[in-house]
Amino acid sequence: MADFSLFVLATAGIYTIFSLGLLVQFGIAGLPNFGNGAFMAVSGYAMAIGIVKLGLPMIIAAPLAMVAAVLFGLLLAIPTIRLRSDYLAIATVAAGEIVRYLALNLEGLTGGAAGTVNLLGPGQAADYNFEWLRLQNWMQDGISHLFHVRAKPDLAFCCIIWPVALILLAIVDAMVRSPWGRVLRAIREDQEAATALGKDVFRCKLQAFSLGAALAGLAGLFLAWQVSTFTPDDFKPTITFYAFVIVILGGKTNVWAVPIGSLLFTIIFSGTRFLGFWPLSLFSSGDKAFLRLILVGLALVVLVIFRPQGIFGNPREDAVET
Amino acid sequence: MNQLLQLVFNGLVTGAILAIAAAGASLVWGVLRIGNFAHGDYMALGAFVAWALNGMLGLDLVTAAVAGIVVTALFAVIVDRLALRPMRSRGLTSVFIVTVGISFVIRNTLFIGFGSGARTFSIDQSMVYLVGPLRVAPGQAITVVVTAVAIFALGWLLAYTNIGRSMRAVAENSDLAAVTGVDTDRLASVTWLISGALAGLAGVCLGLVQGTFDANMGAYVLFLLFTAVVLGGIGSAYGALCGGLVLGLVMEVSTWHGFAGGLEPRYKLVLAFGVLIALLLVRPQGIFGKARLL
Repeated sequence: MADFSLFVLATAGIYTIFSLGLLVQFGIAGLPNFGNGAFMAVSGYAMAIGIVKLGLPMIIAAPLAMVAAVLFGLLLAIPTIRLRSDYLAIATVAAGEIVRYLALNLEGLTGGAAGTVNLLGPGQAADYNFEWLRLQNWMQDGISHLFHVRAKPDLAFCCIIWPVALILLAIVDAMVRSPWGRVLRAIREDQEAATALGKDVFRCKLQAFSLGAALAGLAGLFLAWQVSTFTPDDFKPTITFYAFVIVILGGKTNVWAVPIGSLLFTIIFSGTRFLGFWPLSLFSSGDKAFLRLILVGLALVVLVIFRPQGIFGNPREDAVET
Repeated sequence: MNQLLQLVFNGLVTGAILAIAAAGASLVWGVLRIGNFAHGDYMALGAFVAWALNGMLGLDLVTAAVAGIVVTALFAVIVDRLALRPMRSRGLTSVFIVTVGISFVIRNTLFIGFGSGARTFSIDQSMVYLVGPLRVAPGQAITVVVTAVAIFALGWLLAYTNIGRSMRAVAENSDLAAVTGVDTDRLASVTWLISGALAGLAGVCLGLVQGTFDANMGAYVLFLLFTAVVLGGIGSAYGALCGGLVLGLVMEVSTWHGFAGGLEPRYKLVLAFGVLIALLLVRPQGIFGKARLL
């Protein structure tokens, strides 16, 4: 049970950072990015390729990977961000699928369907994670020493990701409350009015989109570090909709509800995997994977119809109406 | 040359399936302002209902297909009543999110109900008709005939019946249509009935042409449908029919070795998504649509 809680906490940290990016794009700026998972993929792959193929140290490869995610975001956003929201949603989800199909098919670059293990070709077991594990072990030993307990790797992971997540939450919260954040809300509510007041709508949207891309990129790095090897199928469009559930659950502009939403989501989502009481005991472990996705789907439908402002949200500001 | 002819034929078969599915999606989009992310899963539902009767219970394919179409059509109406009608006054994005949720529920329920293995209809997959230089599989032959009938029936319905005229009127200007006395609730149900029936038919045909299929079949073609919809101009059923045929042709013919060796088949989808994004940028109103600000 303790192992399970730590795993949930670690995963919720990743979802927190990922969903925070979506909150800025979708909740604050009104940009429905249905392809956010692709930004995780871009940065995860960029880091893995940088470390394994180019021999870069992690401390350089990781920031470069986030830069790659932001550049990909700009590449996608500059032409598409002026589109009406439904067109933008389709364009982003199509872009996300292009990334995934390319990752599946460019075996020479990405290792193909087998994932990053095959980065150096089949049978070579490429590893991008040794430096991260060294850091995580150092953290683990530190905690064990300090508190005279035997710390688990997941605990060390949590002790790294959660401070980062909390700092990011505080920064984003301040940004959202700043004049910049108010301009974004104004754009979301009425683009023409914002333009008439002399605000550079295009630039503000681009900034919000890039910030979201950077956060998704960072979440992609933590995901890569947590799992040690990943495949293109880890970035199916479904993962973006986990973030939508989390953001809508907490109220779409509610920054501090994101970690709570992430925790709730991960407990329910992972709980169906690890817990075995009735009625979950009726399903095989394979079927539970499908059951989880049914629950995610129902959550989206029920929340958006009956409680568009989420659990904690303010109906006037946080309702998903657009 | 023969290879090119064969590719054109295959492209028309794929294109016809995309066309009828996309026409249904575009109809709903135009009449009800709903971009349906579950449309591909409606196709899968039709295919699986037909498969349950044909592959599991051994009924003949025609009965099974008709049952698949009817069930999908009714299902689409029920989903509309339960989940989409409460969303009528809400924006496009939130309706999108609801349909994404519906697609998750359908797809994974199919996985739990029917398993994740590959399914086939009980037709002779190894048989091939030789028509001139073309090699035509039985599934393709059925699809060509059935989709041609469906395309003309839909065209006739939209052009000459009252309900079809109402649909086009609402798609063009919903306020004006409501003022002139169009019963929008009834129209919504009829639109979903047609859209669901077309999706069910397209799903059965796709299952026949692919040979094997699983519950992900709809998710794989969803963005092809959207591409066809955007190609033809969102909301235009005629446009989507053309868009589907064009997209099917482009995807197949792009693999012809006459074009600088041809595109590798596995990049066909990347090509289609590239077309979609390029279209959204350059001509979001579609090839036939009137230019307007989006």
